[in-house]
Amino acid sequence: MLNVGKIEEGFVLDHIKAGESLAIYHHLQLDKLDCTVAIIKNARSNKMGKKDILKVECDINLLDLDVLAVIDHNITVNVIKDGEIVSKKELFLPKEIRNVFKCKNPRCITSIEQELPHVFVLADEKKEIYRCLYCEEKFNKKNL
Amino acid sequence: MRHLLNPLDFSTTELDKLFDLANDMERNPAKYAEICKGKKLATCFYEPSTRTRLSFEAAMLNLGGSVLGFSDAGSSSASKGESVSDTIRVISSYADICAMRHPKEGAPMVAASKSGIPVINAGDGGHQHPTQTLTDLLTIRSLKGRLGNFTIGLCGDLKFGRTVHSLIHALTRYENITFIFISPEELRVPDYITEMLQEKNIAYKEVIRLEDVLPTLDLLYMTRVQRERFFNEEDYIRLKDFYILTKEKMELAPKDMLVLHPLPRVNEISVEVDDDERAVYFKQAKYGVYVRMALIVTLLELELPLN
Repeated sequence: MLNVGKIEEGFVLDHIKAGESLAIYHHLQLDKLDCTVAIIKNARSNKMGKKDILKVECDINLLDLDVLAVIDHNITVNVIKDGEIVSKKELFLPKEIRNVFKCKNPRCITSIEQELPHVFVLADEKKEIYRCLYCEEKFNKKNL
Repeated sequence: MRHLLNPLDFSTTELDKLFDLANDMERNPAKYAEICKGKKLATCFYEPSTRTRLSFEAAMLNLGGSVLGFSDAGSSSASKGESVSDTIRVISSYADICAMRHPKEGAPMVAASKSGIPVINAGDGGHQHPTQTLTDLLTIRSLKGRLGNFTIGLCGDLKFGRTVHSLIHALTRYENITFIFISPEELRVPDYITEMLQEKNIAYKEVIRLEDVLPTLDLLYMTRVQRERFFNEEDYIRLKDFYILTKEKMELAPKDMLVLHPLPRVNEISVEVDDDERAVYFKQAKYGVYVRMALIVTLLELELPLN
């Protein structure tokens, strides 16, 4: 059994679908942060059989994790302070998602102009619909 | 500084003002013949569109201004790999206003975000074509005397036709309009439009036979089945002549029903209908120039002549 030490302040992202942790690491742009990150793959789980876990040691105000609501709302976000879980963060669909997903519409201007940021705006919270800022193509959060 | 990217960018009050100006330009062309003297319109057309481009150019020339530009991507710096953002920055130092057509959806929006001059979306892929919608609205308002309190039939390709989608959205802002969608099953209006109408409690009906509903219409908006929207040539051939408006069918229509069409027309309106005074599609093209004239003057924030 592999042991990864406790973190003092930060987040533990639990119940990540097995094999998805690295993609989430990139979606959250953790590679751009100067902080300690532990990526645990294929940990045993009673609920899921196998799961991934991400431990991020950072200021808890530093990370915007709402994008996880789009990626996988089953992920549990534990907020850690002084080495203890102080709360479980509730995730809300972000009003805007920037540079996480690419627009799949081949007619969209972003398909030819590489330098443009890929931006999706929440169009319908109930139906979980996002629209590309440029071409307004509709995407359900599952199709993003 | 304002741009026109979407037909809903202007409120209905602003549109009324714009249409009043367009009607005044129609009645008193001499009054506006020099209002844009010294101003330049850049027509940046990344794909060919003779009709829209010439309409913009005629509008600017009618106002005493000048035009410059390109009419396909091959003759622009886009062929050298220049981005829309860079092109518009350069154009901003050559011209006072820009009309842009681009095959990629959202390109005029990108241009507007970097532009030092007003940008008019002259059509971006299958996305928006706001000046066509303004043309349609001005035509209806001028010839019908109102925008609201009517039944409009939209006929033909209601699936891919962006002019139809934009017009429906624009008309939902007016009161007491009933929509009748006339199309073959394969070219039905998209669900998101009918869902939007249901949410807003706006009456609509979907039918296949044009003859059945013709007697009930105040307006008939015909559209062309566009070859370029089909992946399969067989489907196009099967559907292209699904509707042909003929002299005989026009006999079923009310005496004051107007026939509109964004043009170009192929087979969907028989040429013999052109002589019917209810056929207003060529007048519609003329209103397209007036509405673009009013739009140019409005976006340039020019002071209007008193008399």
